[in-house]
Amino acid sequence: MKILCTVKRVTDPEVKLKIGADQKSIATDNLKYVLNPFDEIAVEEAIRLRDKHQGEVIVVSVGPSDVSTQLRTALAMGADRAIQIVHAGELDSDGVARLLQKVYEQEKPDVVLMGKLSVDNDSWQAGPLLAEYLGLPQATYASKNDSLESDNEKNKVPGITIEGTTATVVREADGGIETLKVQLPAVITTDLRLNIPRYPSLPNIMKAKKKEIKEHTPQSLGVDVTPKVRVLKFELPPARKAGVKVADSAELLAKLRSEAKVIS
Amino acid sequence: MIGFELSDDQKALQETARKFARNEMWPKAPHHDKTSEFPHEIMKKAFEAGLMNLSIPQDLGGPGFAILDQCIITEEIAYGCVGMGTSMMANDLALTPIILAGTPEQKQRFVKPFAEKLKYASFGLTEPGHGSDAAGMETRIEKKGDHYLLNGSKCWITNGGVADQLTVFCTIDRKLGPKGICAIVVDKNMPGVSVGKHEDKMGQRASETVVLNFEDVKIPFDRLLGKEGEGFKIAMQTLDRTRPLVAISGVGVARAALEHAVKYSKERKQFGQPISGFQGIQFMLADMAADVEASRLLTWESAWMIDAGKPASMYSSFAKRVSTDTAMKVTTDAVQVFGGYGYVKEYPVEKLMRDAKLLQIYEGTNQIQRVVIARELLKQF
Repeated sequence: MKILCTVKRVTDPEVKLKIGADQKSIATDNLKYVLNPFDEIAVEEAIRLRDKHQGEVIVVSVGPSDVSTQLRTALAMGADRAIQIVHAGELDSDGVARLLQKVYEQEKPDVVLMGKLSVDNDSWQAGPLLAEYLGLPQATYASKNDSLESDNEKNKVPGITIEGTTATVVREADGGIETLKVQLPAVITTDLRLNIPRYPSLPNIMKAKKKEIKEHTPQSLGVDVTPKVRVLKFELPPARKAGVKVADSAELLAKLRSEAKVIS
Repeated sequence: MIGFELSDDQKALQETARKFARNEMWPKAPHHDKTSEFPHEIMKKAFEAGLMNLSIPQDLGGPGFAILDQCIITEEIAYGCVGMGTSMMANDLALTPIILAGTPEQKQRFVKPFAEKLKYASFGLTEPGHGSDAAGMETRIEKKGDHYLLNGSKCWITNGGVADQLTVFCTIDRKLGPKGICAIVVDKNMPGVSVGKHEDKMGQRASETVVLNFEDVKIPFDRLLGKEGEGFKIAMQTLDRTRPLVAISGVGVARAALEHAVKYSKERKQFGQPISGFQGIQFMLADMAADVEASRLLTWESAWMIDAGKPASMYSSFAKRVSTDTAMKVTTDAVQVFGGYGYVKEYPVEKLMRDAKLLQIYEGTNQIQRVVIARELLKQF
């Protein structure tokens, strides 16, 4: 089984962000980058599926040349090889999906695994757009019935079940859990409770150096990535207001009803 | 040329270790500090992530990291919890004498299994009556037919209770002083080996520290490292290699204390403003930060010297002395920044202060480090 797994570098959620002087970007000096946590889950799932069904895991990323750091992390976790689309300029989800479409057409994987969102831009778009451009079925927000404390999780059993050319995906929906069957090839995006990603072990970090990273550019893939989404302005969220103390549960209920309006 | 930029590999190692420290060690540290329970689960995870046995060479199935790489990893581990870190590093301390002085057969037999599966090894040098004066040790071996007989006891043995294998230093003739010392590899299941009391320590309580007793333990000759009488040299060469790791542990502890102090100083308000606005606090934080940086660089330099094969005794003693004194000072000042809250166990900094104290004592007290430094210094002029 061939699994294509997308990874994105995002600003380290532990680092405090500053808005750039133009107010349309994030100041990049002294920024630290990490692998998008949702993509880490996708990589973990891809490795588990590969270990169960044999085959290979190919990780792909779009970004400046130093995105290779995050690709190496995915390779150290256990991916087999990597593709890097070098692009330093602006990029929106649509551009990413169109680039990934080309990679898909070259690699012809059986399944595409992607994080459901990236924690920096929070757009949730790239997965569904890719499925649409490829005309493939999609299952978003893949989760699983087992808890993250279960023996299945400890034994690294994949949460997505694949039998023949059908994938069964448990997904989190508003009211509860929904089970989908999708025909492969398909695009599946991963949610938080699908698995606990492994640490790239130190010996594997050293071994990952020897794995292949193939480079492309938007030009070499023949994709125009001029953004269709324009950023007008970044603003910091308003400072949190101090909480209030309530005397008893009656007052709490009244406030939840009349002020917060979260219950009726 | 001097460069301080880490390689991409080193950054990746650092990132994994940092993440492990933050996610796995830090949240569990208060529990193990309070209960003194051995962190079996964390050790298991650390082994799987390759954060243990850093010095086992590649031909024996380990990662064979240079001392500088080990320092980069160990700083993060110590930042997470230096007590757990001490237990994680104990294998390297116990296996280094075998890696340095063992025959190829001994390395296969006594080192390689540690790269394959989680096992513990302990290093036994200190005795109840002989700490800094290690060469005066009383634990002895004598030849009896086709084996040695080992008698005596060793104290402050990290992981001694959970250990499978022990590297023990003992004398074959006390009159010979350091020249009578031998290094042997003991299987803990051998008849006559027993674990004595578990120490109830002030700090680093997640690490296990015990007394080991040996009573007529039969040691086959093929468990001797090097020749009879080479044990002291092997012990000193081992400690020369591991000293930067104790030093960098001090940097990790100090960095954790500094971070807590900076964050707290911005939250805590007195006289209508955060205490970080007061110069008295700012000067303390500034000194703490500068000391952490200076200690790290000195430690990296000593590690680099060892990796480059240069004589490094004096530099690794510089590093151990400066970094662990820094850890003590910075953690003490962090408690001061926290005021009364710093002195209670609800807040994290008093643990760091208790943990730091041990770093000034073990693997050569800071007074012994000064002796080493002075001895080298006086030879130079």
